[in-house]
Amino acid sequence: MSPRPVSAAEAGLLNCHSCGLLSKNVPDANDRCPRCGAHLHMRKPDSLARTWALLIAAFLLYIPANILPVMHTASIIYEEDDTIMSGVVYLWTSGSWPLAILVFCASVTVPLAKLIALSTLAWTAQHKSTWRQQERTRLYRLVELVGRWSMLDIFVVTLMVGLVHFQSLATISAGPGAVAFASVVVLTMFAAMSFDPRLIWDPEQKQDD
Amino acid sequence: MSHEHLIACHECDLLLRPPELEAGGVAHCPRCGATLYKSSYRSQERALAFTVSAIILLMLANMFPIMGLQIGGNQVSCTLSSAALMLYHEGMQELGVLVLITTVIVPTAQMLIMLYVLLPLSLGYLPPRIPDMLRMLDMLRPWSMVEVFMLGILVSLTKLTAMATVIPGIALWSFAALMVLITAAMSSFNPRQIWLQLPVEPR
Repeated sequence: MSPRPVSAAEAGLLNCHSCGLLSKNVPDANDRCPRCGAHLHMRKPDSLARTWALLIAAFLLYIPANILPVMHTASIIYEEDDTIMSGVVYLWTSGSWPLAILVFCASVTVPLAKLIALSTLAWTAQHKSTWRQQERTRLYRLVELVGRWSMLDIFVVTLMVGLVHFQSLATISAGPGAVAFASVVVLTMFAAMSFDPRLIWDPEQKQDD
Repeated sequence: MSHEHLIACHECDLLLRPPELEAGGVAHCPRCGATLYKSSYRSQERALAFTVSAIILLMLANMFPIMGLQIGGNQVSCTLSSAALMLYHEGMQELGVLVLITTVIVPTAQMLIMLYVLLPLSLGYLPPRIPDMLRMLDMLRPWSMVEVFMLGILVSLTKLTAMATVIPGIALWSFAALMVLITAAMSSFNPRQIWLQLPVEPR
């Protein structure tokens, strides 16, 4: 076997998160990178606490985001409140099922999968698990990549509201669910940013010492 | 062991010797598989070309209507800012601001910073405050959502055609092109090449 992998932290080195320069870890409260001037941290500060806080807030808002209407349509003949799910159903029944699947993935699957995935990552990192580290890192990368696509529904509502306002004929306005939904997206994005994937690999070192 | 010739993976903190790359090559972390850095031929020049085109398209995308709608004799159209403003006036200020940030403010800031960094670089010098600019680019990246917005345009187009006659506007095509250009600019840009040119102050 090749020599045991050594992490920068173990070698007493700090990796600058901004420019990628390694520098010696000198105990000093106000340590800055000698190349780019960024604050140096061994790991993202309070990574797990911040991730959990943002995740819990997102979990709570996930409920109103799915129950409350995101869009309100009013016309002479009818009035209608649309939730995220009823929007998907509408696309499906009107025959555009490829779009229905797409919106379902972006608005229903991705936010929930993201909440579960980040909770799993935070939980396993907290318990210093060495279980499937490579797959967990890959999961983290995936979460960071797909999270932004959940903003899709917010943009759709924006465009519908911006276009459909024929005074007496039909008017579309945004519902309170849209605010909750947007908050879930933003909060989970911040949660993913606060999580430090290096925590997944840290137990590796401690174990075989 | 001297650490000047080493790097650490930003995703798993593995200490390693940076592999030499051929043009067009990508370096991956041997432990976790993260992309460490890329090397590409004339990357900054290409990034500059994409950036300049993206700035022009950003103007078109924001000035012209995305689409128009016709019901009976009535016709309305909306631009991105008029749609966001509508949300704002309806009491959904947070939403209006969020939409503006992710589709106009962040992409514009991104492209202007790229221009600020790349134009002097192509003339052979480094502009002041480079570290702050590159850090800002890193920070802005996840919040630039032109491609998601483009998909949003397509979905609302489908929903609206059931209701009325939809007339695609100039901004619709501009957003489609913008999506490609911003992605191309950001993926050809090679910040590592710039970081390596900066001096290291002895501590």
